[in-house]
Amino acid sequence: MSLAYNPGIQQDNVEVHKYYTGTIVGSAILAIVLQAFLHRYGHWAELIELPLLVTIYFGVSRRNPASGLLLGAAIGLLQDALSHDNPIGLYGIAKTFVGYVASSVGARIDTEHPLSRFALVVVLFHLHQFVLAVTERALLDRSAPLFTLHLFIDSLVTGAFAVLLFALLDRLRRRS
Amino acid sequence: MVDIPTRRRPLALLTMVVVAQVLLLAFQVRRTDRSRGHEIPLVRYWVVEMIMPFERAGSSVFSGIGGLWSGYIDLRHERSENLLLRRENGDLKLRNRELETAAAEAQRLTASLEFRKEHPEAPMVAAEVIASSSAMLAAQVIGGSADPNSRTIFINGGTNDRIRRNMAVITPDGIVGKIVEVFPHVSQVLLINDRESGVGAMFAGSRTHGIVKGNGSPYPEMDYIVNDEKVHVGDAVITSGEDRIFPKGLPVGVVSSDKSGNPFQVIQLHPGARLDRLEDVLVLLTERELDLKEPAAASSATPETPASGAAPTPTAHSPAAVASKSGATKP
Repeated sequence: MSLAYNPGIQQDNVEVHKYYTGTIVGSAILAIVLQAFLHRYGHWAELIELPLLVTIYFGVSRRNPASGLLLGAAIGLLQDALSHDNPIGLYGIAKTFVGYVASSVGARIDTEHPLSRFALVVVLFHLHQFVLAVTERALLDRSAPLFTLHLFIDSLVTGAFAVLLFALLDRLRRRS
Repeated sequence: MVDIPTRRRPLALLTMVVVAQVLLLAFQVRRTDRSRGHEIPLVRYWVVEMIMPFERAGSSVFSGIGGLWSGYIDLRHERSENLLLRRENGDLKLRNRELETAAAEAQRLTASLEFRKEHPEAPMVAAEVIASSSAMLAAQVIGGSADPNSRTIFINGGTNDRIRRNMAVITPDGIVGKIVEVFPHVSQVLLINDRESGVGAMFAGSRTHGIVKGNGSPYPEMDYIVNDEKVHVGDAVITSGEDRIFPKGLPVGVVSSDKSGNPFQVIQLHPGARLDRLEDVLVLLTERELDLKEPAAASSATPETPASGAAPTPTAHSPAAVASKSGATKP
């Protein structure tokens, strides 16, 4: 089976944002490094997952499901590689789904408004958690929670932080 | 090459990437195999679980076909193997009978020895035990008698096979009869239920001697058993060896009915051998043709009660004498 990659499948009525060379890769690596670095300074860093936010942001902005899922897979696999006890692929699968859904949603609706960004991040946070939990239960035989109050608060905090982070990342867009 | 529609390409890519990562996970993750008590790679667990149903189905189908072939179609060797096993089973039965007889003989001799020790003053003569060590020839029944009143059969062995007149014909289940006519390739056998047949016999339990005489019916009679003798239905009757045709200890049959008569009981036997369904028989190849007219024949019959003193010589009415006489009535 051969699969040809065609990046031009986004809808015409939604603006596709472009970035300077290396912006996406640099942001992804920086998010992973920061996440690993901040993790050493306490559990508060676990409230916000920067790699997830980077995946969502660039997925939504690029509005290309193929590149979105590949970016999510790459970020997730790197995150797995840096983790201590996770098998490679656990976060990769979850972020692949998130990247795909984020770019698919971004191709259909406007995600520039802070409220829509907040809602989108909260929903994708839980999607990410859901895929993680299902994967852990099915493949690793672990009992991972699908939804808890703690996760809900986390999602709200992450959503609020995402609104600020996304506004910051908007500055990296290339002016057309 | 599969052409994937443009709209579905991201979905196909998603599937591929996820499946690749799931496989990646499966290669790393180990699952505990509870039946074996150790961990195995998840991918191996999956592969085994995925492949085994097909393996089982294939195995079931092939074993079914194989069973159908070997159990119903390819039975070429089964018949010969069955015959071989039946023959082996027959040999073992005979061997078992011989051993049983030998054991009983040893028991009686032990009792005699004990008696001899307790009564050293009593004069005793040791009797020679005639062993049934004849060679045997397997033969098949190829025909019967044209006369409905005559109980004879023909077997596929004759003088060329070293068969002679008056040789015993038996099966592992019991005696059949004796050779009365011999031809180069065929022999005629007089069955024990023929009117002119007589076999020296005795009860296996009480060791009481008598003569098994044919009467034309499927059930021969045990004659010369006095009314005082206790006989029960089911009592086993074996050859006594006094007729010098059948070795001692071969099964004849069991008592099927018993009633008082004058002067002897009327005892009917159920033959051990299936005389009406004979297929394979054994001919005991004695070394020389038996001459039943030899005067010493009757007197050489050994007594069953060595403790009683000197060996008695059979009288004209004794079972041994009658058996010999009956055996000589046929040509």
